[in-house]
Amino acid sequence: MSLLNFLVRRIIYSVFVLLGLSIVIFLIARVMPGDPARMAVGARAPQWVVDRLREQMHLNQPLVVQYGYWLSDAVRGDFGLSLITQRPVTTDIKEFLPASLELVFFSGLLSAVGGIGLGIVSARYKDTWIDNVVRVFSYFGIVTPSFVFAILFILLFGFTLNWLPIIGRVHEQTAVPPLVTGAITVDALLAGQFGTFFDALRHLLLPAISLAMGSIAQEARITRSSMADNLSKDYIASARALGIPERVVMGRFLLKPSLIPTVSILGLDIASTLSVAFLVELIFNWPGLARYGMNAMLHKDLNAISAVILVLGAAFVTVNIIVDIIVAQLDPRIRLSATRSA
Amino acid sequence: MSFAPLLLEIKNLHVHYAVYGGRLKVLDGVDFHMRTGEKVGLVGETGCGKTTMMKAILRVLPMPPAQIPQGEIYFNGRDIRKMSGNDLQRVRGRGISMIFQDPTAALNPVFSVGEQLGAVIQYSAERGKALSHQEIHQRAIAALQEVALADPERLLRSYPSQLSGGMRQRVCIGMALATHPQLLIADEPGTSLDVTIQDQVLRLLRTLVAEKDTSVILITHSLGIVREMTDRVYVMYAGDIVEVAVTPNLFANPLHPYTQGLISTVPRLTGGGIASGIPGRIPNYLTPPTGCRFHPRCPHVMDICRAEKPPAYRVDDDHEVACFLYRTENRV
Ligand SMILES: Nc1ncnc2c1ncn2[C@@H]1O[C@H](COP(=O)(O)OP(=O)(O)OP(=O)(O)O)[C@@H](O)[C@H]1O
Ligand code: SF4
Ligand SMILES: [Mg+2]
Repeated sequence: MSLLNFLVRRIIYSVFVLLGLSIVIFLIARVMPGDPARMAVGARAPQWVVDRLREQMHLNQPLVVQYGYWLSDAVRGDFGLSLITQRPVTTDIKEFLPASLELVFFSGLLSAVGGIGLGIVSARYKDTWIDNVVRVFSYFGIVTPSFVFAILFILLFGFTLNWLPIIGRVHEQTAVPPLVTGAITVDALLAGQFGTFFDALRHLLLPAISLAMGSIAQEARITRSSMADNLSKDYIASARALGIPERVVMGRFLLKPSLIPTVSILGLDIASTLSVAFLVELIFNWPGLARYGMNAMLHKDLNAISAVILVLGAAFVTVNIIVDIIVAQLDPRIRLSATRSA
Repeated sequence: MSFAPLLLEIKNLHVHYAVYGGRLKVLDGVDFHMRTGEKVGLVGETGCGKTTMMKAILRVLPMPPAQIPQGEIYFNGRDIRKMSGNDLQRVRGRGISMIFQDPTAALNPVFSVGEQLGAVIQYSAERGKALSHQEIHQRAIAALQEVALADPERLLRSYPSQLSGGMRQRVCIGMALATHPQLLIADEPGTSLDVTIQDQVLRLLRTLVAEKDTSVILITHSLGIVREMTDRVYVMYAGDIVEVAVTPNLFANPLHPYTQGLISTVPRLTGGGIASGIPGRIPNYLTPPTGCRFHPRCPHVMDICRAEKPPAYRVDDDHEVACFLYRTENRV
C-alpha cells in the first residue's frame, strides 16, 4: 500500500510537470518567427491556400484555444507531419525512440555497475594507489565530454585494435529480428536469435560506454565519498563493537546507506544522457531520437521538435519516478514519510 | 573482589586526533584496570576523552583522524591492539560490548531493528554454531522483552526513525546485552533523554547487570549514579586519569583538587553538573597545558605543576591520585 500510494502521488505530480512543459513547448513553437501555415505549404503556394490552412489549423483563434487543440492532438499522439521526413512525427518517433532507449538503458546499466563498483573498490582501498587511480580517472571522466570518449574509443578499439564495430546497430549481414519492441537486443532474444543478440550487444558497447563514462566517473566519486563519510558514523562503530564481522559491516551496513546519494545522482545522469546522446548517436551513426531531434532543430521542424522535447520530458520524468522508487526502497525514512503524509 | 582475575588492563594509552592545524593530543598516557565482576565508573566533564578511551578499547575509533601512537590494552591477558581480525571479532560482542552514547547515531537508519539486532545475535553466537532464522527471531524477541519493550514483533519490523528516544535507548541496551558480554561498556546511557525516562533506563540497566553479574564500565556525568551503581571510580580530566578510588572512599575523601571541586557541588540523584564547581574550561588539546593539565584551573598550583606531569601516588589501598600535593606518598 505504501509504495502504491507513493507511486500514485509521484505520477500525478509528473503529469503536472509534463503539462507545464507542454505549455512552454507550445508557446515557443508559436512565438517563433514565421507563419506555421505558410511553412507547411511552402513559399510558392497561393495566399488562399495558406488562409484555408490557417483556418484548419485554428491559427486565427485565441492562443488558449489553440493550445487546447494542440494538446488534445498531442495526447492522442498526433503531432502533425514532420517537415523533413514528410511522415507523421509519431511514426518517426516510433522508429527512432527504441534505438535511443536501448542505448541509454545500456549505458545506464554500465554507469550503475561500473560507477558503484569502482566507488566501492576505491573506498575499500582508500588512500592506496588503487584509490588514487580511480580518483584520477574520475576527474578525467567528469571533465571530458562523451563525444571525446566516442572518438577515442573509435580510434582505439575500432581502428587500431579492430575489436569492436563502430557503426550502426547490427552488422549489415546480420538477420534483423521481427520488430516487437524496436530494441534489437530485446527483439533478438524474443525471437531466439542469439547470434543477432550478441552482434547487437557488440554494436552497443562502444556508444554506450562513451555515453556512460561521465556518469561512471561521477558515481564512483559519490559512492567513494559517501562510504568514506559513513565509515566514521557511530552506527558503523557500533556494528563493529557488537561483533559483526568486517565483511558484513562493509558489504551491508555501510553499503546500503552509502548508495542512496549515488542512486539519486545516477537517475539524473541517466535522464540527461537522453538529451546529450545526439553527438554520440551522430558519431556512431546510431539511428536514435536524439539525432532526429537535433536534425529537427537545425531545420526548424517545429512539429518534430515539440514531439521530441515532450517525449524526452516524459522519459526524464519516468526515470525520476523509477529512481524515487529505488531510493524509497533503500531509505525507509523516505518511504515512511511518504506514507505518513499520504 | 581484588582476588578476581584481571579482566581489562590499559597501559599508557595515548590517542591523538589529526585535525586541520595539528594534532589533538587527547589521551595522554592513560592507565586503567578492572577485575572480573567489577562495576567501574568513569567520570569527567564533557570532552575529557571518555568516549575516546572506550572506542580505543574496542578498536572502533574512526581512523583517520584518530591515531594511537602508544599504549597496550589487555583483555583477559591478551593485547587487543595486536589481535588479528578474527580474534578481534571474537572479543567484540561476546567479550566486550558497548552501549553508545547517542542511541540515534548508533542505530543504522536504513535497517530495521530486526535486521540490526538479528545480525548482532547471529554473529555473536557461539563459534561454529549457526543459528536458524527461527532461533535468531526468538532470541531477538527475548532481547527486546528483556529491556521491557512492548510489542517486540512489531518493533523488529520498525526502523529507528519510527521509535522514540527512550525506545532507541532500550533497543541499544538490548543489542549490547544480546551478545551476553563479559564486559559491558555503557557510555552515558540515557543522557539524551528526559530525566524520568533516563531514570527508568538506568534502573533497568542496573537490574539487568545485577542479574547477569556482568562486569561494567559505566560512563556518566552524574555522581549520584556513580554512587548508586559502581564499586570503583576513575576520575578523568582532559585526557588524564587524575584519581581512582573505591566509590565510598572517593566521596568521603576526595583527594585531587579537581575531584574535590566535583564533589563539593552537591549532585542530585540524577543529572547533577560536573564542572559547575570549578571555574575555567577544559584546555585545548592542540597545545595542552604543560605539566599537570589541570594547573590553569587549580587553586593549589605549585611551580612543579607547570613543569612536570604528576605521576600517580598511592595514598591508600585502592586510592590513587595524580597530583603533586601527595608527593610524600608512594609512587605507583
Ligand atoms: N573524530 C574526532 N575528530 C577530532 N576530534 C575528536 C573526534 N572525536 C573526539 N574528538 C575530540 O576529542 C576530545 C574528547 O572527546 P570524547 O568524545 O572522547 O569526550 P567525552 O569525554 O566522551 O565527552 P562527552 O562527555 O561530551 O561525551 C574532544 O575534545 C573532542 O573534540
Ligand atoms: S598537580 Fe598541581 S596543578 Fe595539578 S592538581 Fe595537583 S596541585 Fe593542582
Ligand atoms: Mg562521550
